Amino acid sequence: MNGLLKLSIAMALALYAEAAAADKPDTLTIGITGFLSGPASVFGEPAKAASEILLDDLNREGGIGGVPVTAVWVDEGAGGEHVLSEYRRLVQDVGVDAMFASISSGNCKKVAPLAEDLQVLNIMWDCGTQKIFEENSYRYVFRTQANATPEMLSTLLYLLKTKPEFESIAVVNQDYAWGRDSWHIFSTALKQLKPGVRVVAELFPKFGAPDFSTEISRLLALRPDVILSTAWGGDLDNFVRQSVQRGLTERSTFVLPLMESSLQRIGPDMPEGVIVGGRGDHYFLHPEFRQDPDFQAFIERYKAETGEYPIYPVFHIAQALSALKGAYEKAIAANDGAWPGKEQVVEAMEGLEFRGLGRTVHIREDHQGVEDQMIGVTRHDPAYDFAVMDHMMIFPGSAITTPAGMESTAWLKTLSDSILDLPVQTYRHAE
Amino acid sequence: MDPILLLLATLDGIAYAALVFLVAVGLTLIFGVMRILNVAHGAFYAIGGYAAASLVLAISDADFSPWLSFPALLVAAAGVGAALGLVIERFLLRHIYAKEEVLQLLVTFAAFMILEDVQRLVWGVQPYSATDPVRLLGTVDVMGIPYNAYQIILLPVIAVMVLLGLRWFLRRTLSGKVITAVTEDRETAIAMGIDARKVFTVTFVIGAVLAALGGALASPTTAIQLGLGAEMIVLSFAVVATAGLGQVEGAALTALLIGLGRSFAVYLVPELDVLIPYMIMVLVLLFRPQGLFAVAEKRRI
Repeated sequence: MNGLLKLSIAMALALYAEAAAADKPDTLTIGITGFLSGPASVFGEPAKAASEILLDDLNREGGIGGVPVTAVWVDEGAGGEHVLSEYRRLVQDVGVDAMFASISSGNCKKVAPLAEDLQVLNIMWDCGTQKIFEENSYRYVFRTQANATPEMLSTLLYLLKTKPEFESIAVVNQDYAWGRDSWHIFSTALKQLKPGVRVVAELFPKFGAPDFSTEISRLLALRPDVILSTAWGGDLDNFVRQSVQRGLTERSTFVLPLMESSLQRIGPDMPEGVIVGGRGDHYFLHPEFRQDPDFQAFIERYKAETGEYPIYPVFHIAQALSALKGAYEKAIAANDGAWPGKEQVVEAMEGLEFRGLGRTVHIREDHQGVEDQMIGVTRHDPAYDFAVMDHMMIFPGSAITTPAGMESTAWLKTLSDSILDLPVQTYRHAE
Repeated sequence: MDPILLLLATLDGIAYAALVFLVAVGLTLIFGVMRILNVAHGAFYAIGGYAAASLVLAISDADFSPWLSFPALLVAAAGVGAALGLVIERFLLRHIYAKEEVLQLLVTFAAFMILEDVQRLVWGVQPYSATDPVRLLGTVDVMGIPYNAYQIILLPVIAVMVLLGLRWFLRRTLSGKVITAVTEDRETAIAMGIDARKVFTVTFVIGAVLAALGGALASPTTAIQLGLGAEMIVLSFAVVATAGLGQVEGAALTALLIGLGRSFAVYLVPELDVLIPYMIMVLVLLFRPQGLFAVAEKRRI
């Protein structure tokens, strides 16, 4: 037996001893990073409001294993450096038990190695980049939702199933990593599954651009069959409103994978028949759970406290909290009912199955969450003063997520038409 | 490029230039008279937009005639510009006229940041949008492409009216001539008995109203959201620097140049869309560091 191995075993035993002897704490503290300022605060603020409701509910039912849970928020809007220094402070000085970081993919890439250094459980609760677990492997980092690849692939599959005859497409995405990466995924899969489609324009207006008039004029002249935009927030609101005003939505089929988060702001102006998604099966009228009393109670309480219906980041934060609870409970059970050490909780995350407000999510061996994806089309229902979703399809996450150990671009190039025969459940909007 | 696309790109460029001009002209007017580069100008733009959107939404909530939204845009702009302009000139700028330029820049930048937080406090983080005025004017077809009448007719008309109005005011009225005199030679003007302090106040309020007017007129076409003011101050500074600081007509031509440059870029090389205004600025300043339209500064002994 060589020295290194002996040392490892000794360390493992020491860890085990530490773990097995862990005392039950008075509280569990989570640090959560999210945008509370800047344009992306349209996502951070709803998630923060939801976390307060969810923690209140959780603690009223005894918290996790009898321990109440509290959250500390860090504003990602203050910049990457601020997030990293606050992250370090929360882990080392405040001694949080877990971190939920973050909304921005850029911040996720920065905090992942930091979480490894600090040996703290990090749940990536919202960021979308597929590269995290494809380019690196981590012990302490997990993602409790899907990533950009299944989100884009499900959107494309919905389009191919419902409008198979389209011949040309244009894209209008924000000019930053998400806008570029999401188009790369979508167009790679499109070339594989429908090779003859002409890409007539690839437009990447500046992030935060207030005016899309010129882009819209050009698209009106080009008349593509399909217009894709993965924009979000005020940018998406502007693009959709200005397109409606100029009649572009009547000439081309719009495909907007993040539109679920803007529907309430656009209100009655939203045209019908637009293909929309919400980064997972996230929808306040989820066809499988809208009758579920717990689901209904949450939606009603959220509406009463914020004045809005919840959007996808709310569902994402619910999944992260549910995963944390699931991991502790699994670790407590594996520890014969004794409070687990932090390494035991980290080990319990792998292979975990949990449910937030949508369907069950499963954490894979590469720590990526496998989550089903719901896409639908807009329609109006007089009961709501904004567009709702109809003809919803829920795609099984396992079939549309890049297999562990593979890189998305390479995997997408192996797709065949058989993926179009994937069994999907279809739901109508129930009035 | 076929002639139809040429026409479309020109229309888009003009509509864009109209809004940019309104903001840039206020900035250049203030600089011309007061020699202060007012960064808070971007905040006046954003607050003008927020106030106009809120007022238009209130009108539609109260079920008044939606046509009232047009005067509402002007009322919001005048109210915001006059109130903010007076307060900032009286309580902030007046104390720093004699100070170094760097300090003046920092003070107006600080005012800009404070006003950004004020926006967040008052209007929150959600984007605001009030599209009634655009909807009311409808669209006009140009070669089969629908354009908003609001953007390709109303905005350019207002921009031209502001330009002509300012020219007339500065050249034909006494107050205008006094402002021009202070711009040309402050010391001599004061020696002739002109109250420079009053001129500064009037100029600053006019400039602030123009910025707020830009924001108010933009609000029907775009969601007003956090960060909009920063975007606009950078762009209008590019216009003002390219034209030559203090040049009113120059600002109009440069806004048009940058507007057209940007819209042609979207048609021909969309990757350069964001860069175009700054490329134009760099090219111009390389060959004419004082700006396109500036007359060389007279050396005073």
